[in-house]
Amino acid sequence: MNRFEYVRPTSIAEAVAAAGEPGSAYLGAGTNLLDLMKGGVTQPSRLVDLTHLPDLGQIEQLPDGSTRIGALVKNAALAHDPAFAEAFPAVAEALLSGASAQLRNAATVGGNLMQRTRCAYFTDPASACNKRAPGSGCDAIGGENRAHAVLGWSDHCIAVHPSDFCVALTALGAIVEIEGPAGRREVAMTDFYLLPGDTPEKETVLDAGEMIVAVRLPAEAAAFAGNQRYLKGRERTSYAFALASAAAALKIENGLIVEARLALGGVATKPWRVQAAEAVLAGAAPGKEAFEKAAEVAFAEAKPSGDNAYKIALGKRVLARALMMAAAGTPERMPALPASPFAPLPEGVVNV
Amino acid sequence: MNLSLTLTINGEQREIVLDDPRVTLLDLLRERLHLTGAKKGCDRGQCGACTILVDGQRINSCLALAISYDGSAITTIEGLAENGALHPVQQAFIDHDGFQCGFCTPGQIMSAVGLIAEAQADGDAERIREAMSGNICRCGAYQGITEAVLDAQAKISTGKERDAA
Ligand SMILES: Cc1cc2nc3c(=O)[nH]c(=O)nc-3n(C[C@H](O)[C@H](O)[C@H](O)COP(=O)(O)OP(=O)(O)OC[C@H]3O[C@@H](n4cnc5c(N)ncnc54)[C@H](O)[C@@H]3O)c2cc1C
Ligand code: SF4
Ligand code: FES
Ligand code: FES
Repeated sequence: MNRFEYVRPTSIAEAVAAAGEPGSAYLGAGTNLLDLMKGGVTQPSRLVDLTHLPDLGQIEQLPDGSTRIGALVKNAALAHDPAFAEAFPAVAEALLSGASAQLRNAATVGGNLMQRTRCAYFTDPASACNKRAPGSGCDAIGGENRAHAVLGWSDHCIAVHPSDFCVALTALGAIVEIEGPAGRREVAMTDFYLLPGDTPEKETVLDAGEMIVAVRLPAEAAAFAGNQRYLKGRERTSYAFALASAAAALKIENGLIVEARLALGGVATKPWRVQAAEAVLAGAAPGKEAFEKAAEVAFAEAKPSGDNAYKIALGKRVLARALMMAAAGTPERMPALPASPFAPLPEGVVNV
Repeated sequence: MNLSLTLTINGEQREIVLDDPRVTLLDLLRERLHLTGAKKGCDRGQCGACTILVDGQRINSCLALAISYDGSAITTIEGLAENGALHPVQQAFIDHDGFQCGFCTPGQIMSAVGLIAEAQADGDAERIREAMSGNICRCGAYQGITEAVLDAQAKISTGKERDAA
């Protein structure tokens, strides 16, 4: 790890000013940043420690009915907050399917949103990687790329966005609150992440010095609480990143789907909302036929970026299954194995 | 530049001066304070051998910058036994053969103490396995570990009921 200057601001304004210097990085819990620094992947000359800032650790219900999550709220604290988990059960399930209990106790909401890809070439400074060293090439293309993206990739980068939390947030229309040198602004989660295009090093809309202060879930998102799930296909039951995951939320009235919210994880270069597939479901009767059709639409544009065509078939099944499980109803209690395909299927759910 | 911080470690308040901001909690404990119970397995958040409690919550000390934890209360495996009597989780690991080589054990035990305090797993072995999945055991002592956590959890909760009565 390189040496760095450690700065501990006492206000957001001080933090933003300190991080405006080139080479600065914000420090949340450090579970991703320190890992990357130990590997020499990133070498910030200054760490601006956000963890002592006041007022960013709350989960609040705002007068307009929306829920505001401070950037320093811990991943575990959010998932286990009873009111939050009741209103947004798929977000809680996604959180609990990520990392380990120890990491979730430390990891912050802001850090989760800003975590970097797990592409093995990105984390190996000896490999060519356009994201780490712009213009150096991409060793994942033509390399070991089973885990890489089938949606949203470019000839410059095929890396997957690794977060589970962000997939559920994206499905439910979350909004990111940002503070920076030019003041405060907010950006929808669907616009927050950028496609790699020919600048994969630029991952989000954040400008130099800008920080995430909160994430907000709009009031209308809570209307999906009764029928929502997160399902995560991975190489072992627990403690592994997604190969293909899906967040599915349904509003069902009189036996018909009124509205659907869907997003994919593990298959795309950013948390991937699939509005075309949502449209297919509006007005449909919940069931295998509608869900398989939605899955086809969700992956209509998918293309293998290497040795990963299986992700298209897997991703469709994960999405259709997540929809089946959402239609069966949010479980009363968090399942013993959150988001696991190996958990017992709820009654009435047929295998898809 | 020197950085100073205050930590309460196993009940004792310590003023610590660091000559380098890069020191993690794990390296602080092991290399500077000679509390070598927490182990360095991977140093990258993947194995759980370095698990400690910070303000009662289990975390991986290898991915925690010491200076950032200024003001925290830390419990390590060295701080569990009271007046020479093993903590119920320590005793349960012995009773159920929850280890072979022992390298992962301090992390397993600290993780189990954190898990029991989180009170999410009740008596369900599946919930315990899931909640312990951040602790890898190369010797594969998982069966004994799960039994030890179930047993310790039961004993701690009956102890609590007894104290309340
Ligand atoms: C072994 C392992 C397994 C994991 N498995 C999963 C998994 O299955 N699913 C999953 O989703 N995640 C997984 N993770 C990743 C984990 O979720 C992240 O490491 C964590 O969420 C990062 O949060 P943090 O507070 O530690 O962030 P940091 O490490 O402190 O920061 C991460 C990045 O965000 C920036 N940052 C932090 N806070 C802010 C802010 N408020 N505004 C702007 N920028 C900010 C930092 O500068 C840095 O670039 C895993 C991690 C490990 C080590
Ligand atoms: S896929 Fe992206 S992150 Fe991975 S090596 Fe290529 S450019 Fe780097
Ligand atoms: S040494 Fe910290 S998790 Fe492995
Ligand atoms: S007892 Fe040997 S690694 Fe767990």
